[in-house]
Amino acid sequence: MADKHIDEISGVETTGHEWDGIRELNNPMPRWWVWTFYATIVWALGYTILYPAWPLVNDATRGVLGYSSRGELVTELAAAKTAQGAILEKLAAATPEEIIANPELNQFATAGGAAAFRVNCTPCHGTGAAGGEGYPNLNDDDWLWGGSVDAIYQTVAHGIRDAVDPDTRIGEMTAFADVLQPEEIRQAAAYVVSLTGNPRDPSMVEPGKQVFLDNCASCHGENAEGNRDLGAPNLADAIWLKVHGEEQIAGQIRAPKHGVMPAWTTRLGDVTVKQLAVYVHSLGGGE
Amino acid sequence: MSLLDKHKFIERNATLLLVGSLLVVSIGGIVEIAPLFYLENTIEKVDGMRPYSPLELAGRNIYIREGCYVCHSQMIRPFRDEVERYGHYSLAAESMYDHPFQWGSKRTGPDLARVGDRYSNEWHVQHLVEPRDVVPESVMPSYSFLKETPLEITDISMDLKANRTVGVPYSDEMIAEANADLKAQADPNADTSALLARYPKAKVGDFDGNPAKLTEMDALVAYLQMLGTLVDFSTYDDTTGYR
Repeated sequence: MADKHIDEISGVETTGHEWDGIRELNNPMPRWWVWTFYATIVWALGYTILYPAWPLVNDATRGVLGYSSRGELVTELAAAKTAQGAILEKLAAATPEEIIANPELNQFATAGGAAAFRVNCTPCHGTGAAGGEGYPNLNDDDWLWGGSVDAIYQTVAHGIRDAVDPDTRIGEMTAFADVLQPEEIRQAAAYVVSLTGNPRDPSMVEPGKQVFLDNCASCHGENAEGNRDLGAPNLADAIWLKVHGEEQIAGQIRAPKHGVMPAWTTRLGDVTVKQLAVYVHSLGGGE
Repeated sequence: MSLLDKHKFIERNATLLLVGSLLVVSIGGIVEIAPLFYLENTIEKVDGMRPYSPLELAGRNIYIREGCYVCHSQMIRPFRDEVERYGHYSLAAESMYDHPFQWGSKRTGPDLARVGDRYSNEWHVQHLVEPRDVVPESVMPSYSFLKETPLEITDISMDLKANRTVGVPYSDEMIAEANADLKAQADPNADTSALLARYPKAKVGDFDGNPAKLTEMDALVAYLQMLGTLVDFSTYDDTTGYR
């Protein structure tokens, strides 16, 4: 079996294996293949010396390059921060109004604010900032707490009814279920509807107006135009945040629902909050 | 050549060939996997990690039952884009009490490793009931039935015991109080001081907007709201975890 056997036709040595008279030629591997194979072994050895590789007793070899994916991330983040450092310092020093007045800062802040908005704000306010049920549209000029860039900055920074932030915006509507008679609540709802539409029973509007003036006007204003200091919505502009129709308005008067917006300074830092304010201000409704 | 000639012996003995192949193939696995069990720096030393509270554990079971992991990962990789979007990259320590872990392998939806505290309870309920109400472009199915389904668990302490068997440090006290803790965490009127002493940073109160009923929604939201919030990064030195 181990005897050398040369194939008669090709003149190539065979492996010596034979099955039913069929023999296998022992052609050598192509040289390029063999050298590539050796090269991969050399590469692997070099790799395990340069990079983290072999497990030892308490630790693994760290590699002479000292590379780690987590370390590289820190370097990368630091480099990004350095690259933006100069302009971020200017943003930190400027008020939101000054940022808008400066074209260079304004451009940077609007782009940075848009990026931060997509990550942090879109889940509630929507990808296009058009809001949704209970979450205000930020594209229009209807503002609960004010649409100047400073007012927006204050809202983003400290939130609305945030559980922790002492400077958060707080406005609480009374639950009128315990204050007014059911009939009065229905009348007030009819009046509120009449401001922008047609109530079911027009005869309830007049008494409803009196109920409104006595109970609601102190916050929502005599003409139901709202009050931004209290976050009291304008009820005369046909824009509804939480309720639609007379029934739901009556429900809101009985037991009001209140939205919550978190305070963002602690999470994102002041510079990002400023950029967010500038971005939201730029969306169309900024004052 | 004499040793190489011996291969004929192995090749002609199927069982021996099988065993030999298995040995060779397993070397790669053993070298890569086995050291993770004994190397001291596999799991970072962090402050704040604790076992899941009973309600969180029940929520986690629902998360697994509904297959949330099919579309959501819980693994923030150490890349700039992920860290800037989701927060600090995930540490091994953060899933050391996970059996099984929920790292996932595909993101149809966003990563959830640090979704805790990011949104309000109301947002989570609204989103789970009808995702498109808050995210119009979402393709997530509606899970509105969770809000209607009472959390029916005969004995959650069995889950705690099972986890203890595989190494989660549940104390005897935690197991004894498990069923009471499960109810107390979602009850806005309950005295939760003992619960919070056992499970620091646990979110308490009504989660699903209906304090009268303990539903699967309560459990799932309680679980989501604590994800990624436990580790105290102010006391964690990143450089100790480089590898």
